[in-house]
Amino acid sequence: MSRRPYTRELSNTGWWLQHPRYIRYMMRELSAAFIGSYVVILIVGLWQLSRGEAAYQAFLAAVEGPAGLAFAVIVLVFAIYHTYTWFQVTPKAMPLKLGDKPVPGALIVAAHWFGFGVVSVVMWLLVGG
Amino acid sequence: MARSNKPIVWGLFAAGGTMAAFVVPGLILITCLGVPLGLLSADALSYVNVLELLQHPLSKLVTFAVLFLIIWHAAHRMRITAHDFGVRRDKLVASICYGIAAAGSLLMIVALPQI
Amino acid sequence: MSEQTIDLEILRYDPEQDQAPHFQTYTVPYREDWVVLDAINYVKDELDRTLSYRWSCHMAVCGSCGMVVNGEPALACDTFLRDCSDRIRVEPLQNFPIERDLVVVMDDFIDKLCSVKPYIVPQHEKSVDDGQYLQTPAELARFNQYTACINCLLCYSACPQYALNDAFVGPAALALAHRYNLDSRDVGRGAREDVVASNPGIWECSFVGACSEVCPKSVDPAAAIQQTKIASTSDYFMNFLMPGKRR
Repeated sequence: MSRRPYTRELSNTGWWLQHPRYIRYMMRELSAAFIGSYVVILIVGLWQLSRGEAAYQAFLAAVEGPAGLAFAVIVLVFAIYHTYTWFQVTPKAMPLKLGDKPVPGALIVAAHWFGFGVVSVVMWLLVGG
Repeated sequence: MARSNKPIVWGLFAAGGTMAAFVVPGLILITCLGVPLGLLSADALSYVNVLELLQHPLSKLVTFAVLFLIIWHAAHRMRITAHDFGVRRDKLVASICYGIAAAGSLLMIVALPQI
Repeated sequence: MSEQTIDLEILRYDPEQDQAPHFQTYTVPYREDWVVLDAINYVKDELDRTLSYRWSCHMAVCGSCGMVVNGEPALACDTFLRDCSDRIRVEPLQNFPIERDLVVVMDDFIDKLCSVKPYIVPQHEKSVDDGQYLQTPAELARFNQYTACINCLLCYSACPQYALNDAFVGPAALALAHRYNLDSRDVGRGAREDVVASNPGIWECSFVGACSEVCPKSVDPAAAIQQTKIASTSDYFMNFLMPGKRR
């Protein structure tokens, strides 16, 4: 009897479309593209700020307006998805123990969301909210 | 097989991802949506206000640390995502991703002291 | 009264006759208490003797009957007909070469499993006369979850990184390495690191998490790998700061 194992082909580019689980994963990964773009824009803003009022005003003019707003909303959606998925996996990557008992994952996640709320409010207050 | 050097970029990725998770949604609301939504006064992001916010060396340091970590997190994740999309030029992709992160970091190092 | 039936669409491949795998449909009786394995056994016993597949315990402990059922990696003995649709598509595990029908070539996994030294590497060799290792319940609890792996390979079938790069050591092997690393009787973490902390080791993982979602024994290999990444990263920087100190 002869052996002739068969290797099935896989699409390197489109494999993730085969199952919702992989689509969610790719959305999570793509969040980095939007978050990264946003941070690049912020850094450009800092650069323009360092070059004086006129440069900074030009920067603001470029990023404000409907297109900028739409982009911000898209980034926000992806950023929240990143936060949600990141907090979700934190108890797995860093399981906590109190003495001998494991701390429930849900508690760790809840504590993170609470911290998230605190950080957001503090940032808002610092800027003058 | 040799031990990898990935811990360097992965450490940045993990720290940056945590930073991004806590900071980015709030930051977007403040910088882009706060004024239109009425959460901030109209001049909250004016030249004078922002300049004042970033005057203190500690503000500059914190700003740098936050954005540095997040941009390196994003760079590493994009490198992985390129692979997931079937791009098989890892060295090239890594150079581009980390190159952009390095450029952004450098820009901050130059700009922040001048603010 | 006609008996209720269900259709099984099974991927067939005869290496001596077929150029490529192809689906073949069988109509089997539907029984409330049957699992997919029962339906496959019916096919073999009553309809088509040529069907080849692995199975043994029929109770989700041996890990033999791993397959892909309606697109989802599953144990055939653990998947009830009543939970499936009227047409059940059965394929061999993804990401492994097909030997014949539902039988895959597992050699790659076996090699990788061996490479992570999946056994206790003790501080000192102990003979039986030296007595037992003592371990507290807390020490057992640290690694117990990861002992549950039955090598069913559903995690490899689900893992896209293994699909994209079969040099990846993979979820089960890395989870088992972690099981031994966490065992208080073991000092082999350093010895395993060359494989575990290599580029095709833990660093190929991008925490998709599909492995843990499909694992029938709740081993959670994704968690094992992330914990190993953290441990390896701190090791790496500690080695950098204090070179030469043996871990």
